[in-house]
Amino acid sequence: MLSELLITVIIITALTTFLALIMVIADRTIANYGQQEITINGEKKIVVDGGKPLLSSLKEKQIFIPSACGGKGSCGLCKIQVNSGAGEYLPTELPWIDPREREKNIRLSCQVKVKKPFDITIPRELFNIKQYKTAVESLVDLTHDIKQVTLKLENSEGISFKAGQFIQFEVPLYEMTDEPVYRAYSISSPPSRKDAVELEIRYVPDGLCTTYVHKYLKEGQKVMINGPYGDFFLRDSQRDIVCIAGGSGMAPIKSILLDMNEKKINRKAVYFFGARSKRDLFLVEEMQRLEKELPDFRFIPSLSQPEESDSWEGETGLITECVEKHVKNGENAEAYLCGSPGMINACVDVLTNRCGVKKDLIFYDKFS
Amino acid sequence: MSEGMLSFAIFFAAIFTNNILLTNYLGMCSFLSVSREVKTSVGLGFAVTFVMAVTSVLNYLAYYYILVPFNIEYLRYIVFIVIIAAFVQIVEMIIERVSDTLYLSLGIFLPLITVNCAILGVSLFMVIREYSLLSSFAYGFGSGIGWFLAILAMAGIRQKTSRARIPRGLEGAGIALIIAGIMALAFMGFSGMIDIN
Repeated sequence: MLSELLITVIIITALTTFLALIMVIADRTIANYGQQEITINGEKKIVVDGGKPLLSSLKEKQIFIPSACGGKGSCGLCKIQVNSGAGEYLPTELPWIDPREREKNIRLSCQVKVKKPFDITIPRELFNIKQYKTAVESLVDLTHDIKQVTLKLENSEGISFKAGQFIQFEVPLYEMTDEPVYRAYSISSPPSRKDAVELEIRYVPDGLCTTYVHKYLKEGQKVMINGPYGDFFLRDSQRDIVCIAGGSGMAPIKSILLDMNEKKINRKAVYFFGARSKRDLFLVEEMQRLEKELPDFRFIPSLSQPEESDSWEGETGLITECVEKHVKNGENAEAYLCGSPGMINACVDVLTNRCGVKKDLIFYDKFS
Repeated sequence: MSEGMLSFAIFFAAIFTNNILLTNYLGMCSFLSVSREVKTSVGLGFAVTFVMAVTSVLNYLAYYYILVPFNIEYLRYIVFIVIIAAFVQIVEMIIERVSDTLYLSLGIFLPLITVNCAILGVSLFMVIREYSLLSSFAYGFGSGIGWFLAILAMAGIRQKTSRARIPRGLEGAGIALIIAGIMALAFMGFSGMIDIN
């Protein structure tokens, strides 16, 4: 009996060790692509271990390409121009690449593997993107489902960003994830605060990151972030400003408004904020304070379904109706929108067709 | 019947009368999910045929030269699965290294095959039916071709039905399973030809 057990264990161990050995050897020989050189913008050269996706190879060298899904090929954000080395387009890339991008050799960097020397072109501002170690400084409930998370940076020089940009939050391994995942969140603190970033995160049932933040994250816990990303920031002009946001879309707009206040940018501005009922409204006092401090700023919250107990006297109805009612002289305005795709599409429609805002002066940050 | 003739009969039976997909209903998940286009189903079909033919031989050797001598045949499930997985992994690495075009048409399907139950099924049937090495190879190769034929026919039909007006509740997997059932009935027409059970 005992010898039978022993034989079984020995045979199985031997067999699996043998197979594992073959796999290791295969990994070292067949799947070993050696060191490969990546030339960036024709000037900078970096050397990486071959065989890995371009996105993660660049990340190891502290070059961060924006990506919301963390390299699964499901968000289509990590596009970069690969001039040579990448070979044929992969079936997993094609859904994200349109014919015009194909002509320019735009590739999905999470799918393309570095097996030959690469020559790539990436926008200069991506070099500004860094990875930061942070610790949770505070967690504050803004509403029943939105938390304000303040992350204190551990490095001494801090982070520089433009108001309205976003960072990526690394969700470590926990019950709901089997590998680290990344999610994008806008920074709600002003750029003058360099030692920390403040985020506003709304709870989404079964959301990998939002569940982590709402149910697991504690003060003092370490969080890795990288950034800043995005071209959603205040343009330098003398036009009037129309801001529209819903829910946690408050974050980048708040950063922009605080930045305007600090820099004494006295352009005429109006901010429409859409919420369902009073319990979804937040930071109202802060916005009212800004109304007093900025010379020409109005905050207009609008509730779509106010409760009887709210005793609400402000605007009601859909945010689009509210915008149409209040925005005059749209031809002289630029607009900044942040919220759900449905809200943004509806607002872009109203702004261009009813209020006369030029389409290329509407900037937005869509949640997806 | 001579050994060679028997193996040929088994090869033939595995394609038609004992089609692993349509009579045993094994390997259904990839059959249903990758049969939307003829082109992709051909890629998967080739990959399955290749892996089935080779793993039936590898598993034959492991079974009769390792498990039987030590009296541990009951471990065949684990051993077969591990061998199939390791083999598929290595083939994927080789294909990726050797040819980009082959990798694009075949390699991307290989991870799907690791967990395809038809492949494990072939190895288990081969043991239950006590095939010889040559017969096992014939059975594995034949089953692969049979699976290939079935998914190819399915993809052809589904390309047509994608433009047909199907009752709402039956769209997708519903109609695909009905089609698979009718195809199985059609393959039953071959059943008098050879019997390998």
